[in-house]
Amino acid sequence: MHAPVEYHFFTGYSLRSWLVLGGFGLLAALAGLAAMYMESEGHWVTGMTNHVVWGLPHVFAFFFIISASGALNVASIGSVFGREDYQPLGRLSAVLAFALLAGGLSVLVFDLGRADRLIITMEYINPTSIFAWNVFIYQIFFGLVIIYLWMMMDPRMAAFYRPAGTAAFLWRLFMTTGTGSVLGFLVSRAAFRSAVMAPEFIALSLSFGTAIFALVLLALQRFEGRPVPTPALRARLSRLLGLLVAISLYFVAVQHGTGLYQAERRDVEHFLLFQGGLYSVLIWGGFVVLGSVLPMMLLFDPLRAGQHGALPIASALIVFGGLCLIYATVIGGEAFPIEIFPGMHVTSSAFDGAVHPYAPSLPELALGLGAVGVAGVVLLMAMWVLPLLPDTAGSDSPAGP
Amino acid sequence: MTETVEASRRRFLAGAAAFTVVTLAPGVTLRVAAQETTQAGMRAVRWGILIDAGACSPDCTACVDACATEFGLARHGRPQSDPQWIRKVTVSDPNTGNSKSFPMMCQHCEHPPCVDVCPTGASFKRADGIVLVDRHICIGCRYCIMACPYEARNFVHEDIVDQKPYAPRGKGTAEACTMCVHRVDEGRTPACVEACASTGHKAMLFGDLNDPDSEISKRVATFGATRIRADLRTNPGVRYQGI
Repeated sequence: MHAPVEYHFFTGYSLRSWLVLGGFGLLAALAGLAAMYMESEGHWVTGMTNHVVWGLPHVFAFFFIISASGALNVASIGSVFGREDYQPLGRLSAVLAFALLAGGLSVLVFDLGRADRLIITMEYINPTSIFAWNVFIYQIFFGLVIIYLWMMMDPRMAAFYRPAGTAAFLWRLFMTTGTGSVLGFLVSRAAFRSAVMAPEFIALSLSFGTAIFALVLLALQRFEGRPVPTPALRARLSRLLGLLVAISLYFVAVQHGTGLYQAERRDVEHFLLFQGGLYSVLIWGGFVVLGSVLPMMLLFDPLRAGQHGALPIASALIVFGGLCLIYATVIGGEAFPIEIFPGMHVTSSAFDGAVHPYAPSLPELALGLGAVGVAGVVLLMAMWVLPLLPDTAGSDSPAGP
Repeated sequence: MTETVEASRRRFLAGAAAFTVVTLAPGVTLRVAAQETTQAGMRAVRWGILIDAGACSPDCTACVDACATEFGLARHGRPQSDPQWIRKVTVSDPNTGNSKSFPMMCQHCEHPPCVDVCPTGASFKRADGIVLVDRHICIGCRYCIMACPYEARNFVHEDIVDQKPYAPRGKGTAEACTMCVHRVDEGRTPACVEACASTGHKAMLFGDLNDPDSEISKRVATFGATRIRADLRTNPGVRYQGI
């Protein structure tokens, strides 16, 4: 029988805390200014065009939305899969998932050509649109996470802890399927059109989200000076993250490998993997080497896994590699010309048949980084008003994933 | 006394029922009639354009220019984001060197991917097959532009001047060829088709694809016509010959 875990509020009202909150707040405010600038001037001030219609803000939005799903991993492992070592971290995991989704959606919403009309998505709903579905899927996810958090925090609700965890777990798989399908359903674009996109996004969400969770947890440990997580739990988390990175790499390999095999996708795959310049460098150098192979070497090496630097360095690399992959996938996929006349050479005044250029502008970067700001502010505020942080987490036994 | 009350109540109920019928019946009848008209319209009309690549001159941009004039599509020297509802494409066979030039625009699909993906239903198809954007409920997400297999849609990147009252546009929303719906509804032909005819090339023919007696239907039936990316099963209303 374990002793009940005590929780505490974030160490607030110190200068350091205010500075951290101010930093996140500044990022969010700059994103707001960037959004207002883009809305008033029009999107011509961005690098986005009639061909690359989704740019850097969407890279951040996709990354944060899929990471939100994965950030709930630790809570799910504790509740759905009954790993008691992880259970004390469930509250933080749930709130982080909420915060990341809020950050990602903020960017998506403020990049809209008419963000002021957002309410229309509630009034006019097209049932065949995966975007319309996602509006509801994301809102239900917010609701489920709040309920799950309540079940975790209220001892009277202990009986519903596991069902709530299971519901949130299943829903996040559905949610990431929906996010992957935003691209996977685009039949006209060879780079995206693949059913593998949905499970690939689920795999990516698991590794990105867990990496961000590890970074947040270790930052809090450093900030507060408490022994959370224990070295044993840290080693477990490292092995788990390594496994998730391997699964992600597998799905990305399947997505591109099957593309190389299919005649209609061969050209775009050659472009993305070998001839795409920056996009190829981001996939191989950014995602494969820096974002996957190197982290796995750090995380699976028994000598390094227990060391303090391995987990945060690997997690930071996974986040960097993830952003590289999403950039290359979303923007690289748009940059490659749509094949309107397969096998033919096409030219036009609208750049048919040509690789479309894209150079992100400063306002886009500011808007994209707003996801970090909004997520940070939401997380800090939640930690200030709710006792989310465990005094202890993890046994001393290093066994298990 | 009781019978009087009962009779009075009956009279009131009968009067109320009659009033209800008289009030509601015309509206119901009109709605039914409107539905029948719409359904009849769906059966009767499918507007389309037939483009003969063999008759289209590579150097001619009359259709493109007419479209820009008709809708006030101003250019800002930013070709990647400037609006082009219709464009001339040159398609060459790398094996034979055979080359054709012809206009491309919204293909007004029977099964338009832009309509499927639009979250609010701002992208919609009229009963007569013309695919449009309702600028009032477009939120500017650009998912339709991502989904269009023909790269036919544009996003309005900057302030609009020279608005045409018959075809209002909106900064921050998606847009594309309307098949000059404002002209079609007046019984006229689209501006591009009219301009093409005025040059003497007569490479574009507008008409009702569902009417077997229309010239467009006869030509399609006699000579055949190509649907671009027919493999996607969008069944475009714009058809091509000689490509």
